[in-house]
Amino acid sequence: MDPTNKILSIQTEKLTKRFGDFTAVNEITLDVKKGEIFGFLGANGAGKTTAMRMLCGLSTPTAGKAVIAGYDVYKGTEQIKKRIGYMSQKFSLYEDLTILENVSFFGGIYGMTSSQLKIKSEALITQLGLQNETKKLVGSLPLGWKQKLAFSVAVLHQPEIVFLDEPTGGVDPVTRRQFWDLIYDASDSGITVFVTTHYLDEAEYCNRISIMVDGGIAALDTPSNLKKKFATESMDDVFYELARGAKRTGD
Amino acid sequence: MGTSFSTFNSSFSIRNSPFSIQANALTKWYGKEKTIAVDEVSFNVEHGEIFGLIGPDGAGKTSIFRMLTTLLLPDGGGGSVSGFDIVNDYKQIRNTVGYMPGKFSLYQDLSVEENLNFFATVFNTTIEENYHLIKDIYVQIEPFKTRRAGKLSGGMKQKLALCCALIHKPTVLFLDEPTTGVDPVSRKEFWEMLKRLKKEGITILVATPYMDEANLCDRIALIQSGKILTINSPATISASFPHPILKVKANKMSTVIKSLASLQGVVSCHGFGEYAHVVVEKENDKIIDNIREHLIAQNLQEIEVRKSEPTIEDVFISLSRNGSN
Repeated sequence: MDPTNKILSIQTEKLTKRFGDFTAVNEITLDVKKGEIFGFLGANGAGKTTAMRMLCGLSTPTAGKAVIAGYDVYKGTEQIKKRIGYMSQKFSLYEDLTILENVSFFGGIYGMTSSQLKIKSEALITQLGLQNETKKLVGSLPLGWKQKLAFSVAVLHQPEIVFLDEPTGGVDPVTRRQFWDLIYDASDSGITVFVTTHYLDEAEYCNRISIMVDGGIAALDTPSNLKKKFATESMDDVFYELARGAKRTGD
Repeated sequence: MGTSFSTFNSSFSIRNSPFSIQANALTKWYGKEKTIAVDEVSFNVEHGEIFGLIGPDGAGKTSIFRMLTTLLLPDGGGGSVSGFDIVNDYKQIRNTVGYMPGKFSLYQDLSVEENLNFFATVFNTTIEENYHLIKDIYVQIEPFKTRRAGKLSGGMKQKLALCCALIHKPTVLFLDEPTTGVDPVSRKEFWEMLKRLKKEGITILVATPYMDEANLCDRIALIQSGKILTINSPATISASFPHPILKVKANKMSTVIKSLASLQGVVSCHGFGEYAHVVVEKENDKIIDNIREHLIAQNLQEIEVRKSEPTIEDVFISLSRNGSN
């Protein structure tokens, strides 16, 4: 595994996490290219969240190796955290702060200077068409706007990788597509996108996807290759074939 | 029980209603600014039907559910459930319906078995009496029956909540986003359970933001911003789409979607998983060739252009676009 690899953003080799006798993540090996949109799928309880926490430097692996954004996952957790962005459906932004306050707050946390922040936040507001809303409290925005804003804030500091945990749950179909436009833009600008979702049609927007079953990676390929392999037109069938044999249930 | 007359139509007793659920111009607003949450929503659900309210968060689904289950008073319009008026006959409705709210609402500190016993007792029944209704679902959580509900996984919580909503043998079941956040395998199993309940003659009103679940309902209402966009069977709604659709794919999908939206003869272009759905004015060889040439000019490769069938999501996008413009 090479930390100086300029092509890969995420490299893992037999990455494992055990809690007591329970192996939550079992020897997962995967590479994600810089700028790739990588879908990380699995049933509830398959180990996605635990794996993602390790990749973000929030949880120390029990065994195996991983290099994230050029840093070792055991020794370089602080450097990793500076070089990633994170967004989930649950934790988005501070509802009692305005749009602009949220942007300054998160930009500040990621160590952006005020001049950088000014340029970046103006670009963000323009891209989202929120010029007239900047002084509105985030809590008053419709869900779709909140999610788009949360994503833009997560990539404000131009991280190497952005981790998205179920980013579009409950969002209407039009907004969901606008959200994916933002993801494509981020990917085009070189940001690696690592995304979990329960929408299988959405998984097909990804360049490659992996499907976790019982802590291990049961399949990893492009959506079209996976569908070919399982001789089906639908990603649902692929997922169902792989995950229905799962022994573990629950979150 | 005395005679009961509808508040919105006093000329007939709605007890003999041919419909299991009726909503008639149901309206709800919130707050000082009277923000409209449900805007004159009307629909009828037949006995034994699985009827889906399909729409995103904030569409008004939960407010409709709360009004129909008598937990919230409408600000306008009315409705009935099993022939009972949702304002006047709230006691009867509460006795006859099962309600599974979107947010997990069982007692976290009671065990699986205690929760179920509690709900059975409240409705003057026992687990044994209606065990046949919940058996298929309950056997899956029975191994954990002494575990506190708060310690269950998401999928098991959902199964327990469904058991508790069924234990008094309701005639109508209200399921508010029962599958949100649930993985595709568990979602599929959940829908199979609903089909079995339908065979028992239970009417099911289910709300979901997942468009792919629409096809599993007998009839659906697409809903957004408190307004119903359309009501019909999923097949009829898909077939109602006014334009032909092509499936287009190339090596860089963001370019495909952006560049085709403005091409002549193209009505709209949206990502649909691996492909983009390109809505065209007329489907013919000329437009297919134009799309292909246009994409080649953008330096794209691995170009694929095929005919496709409209889905519920295509209709939803088209209707909500028209509404907002």
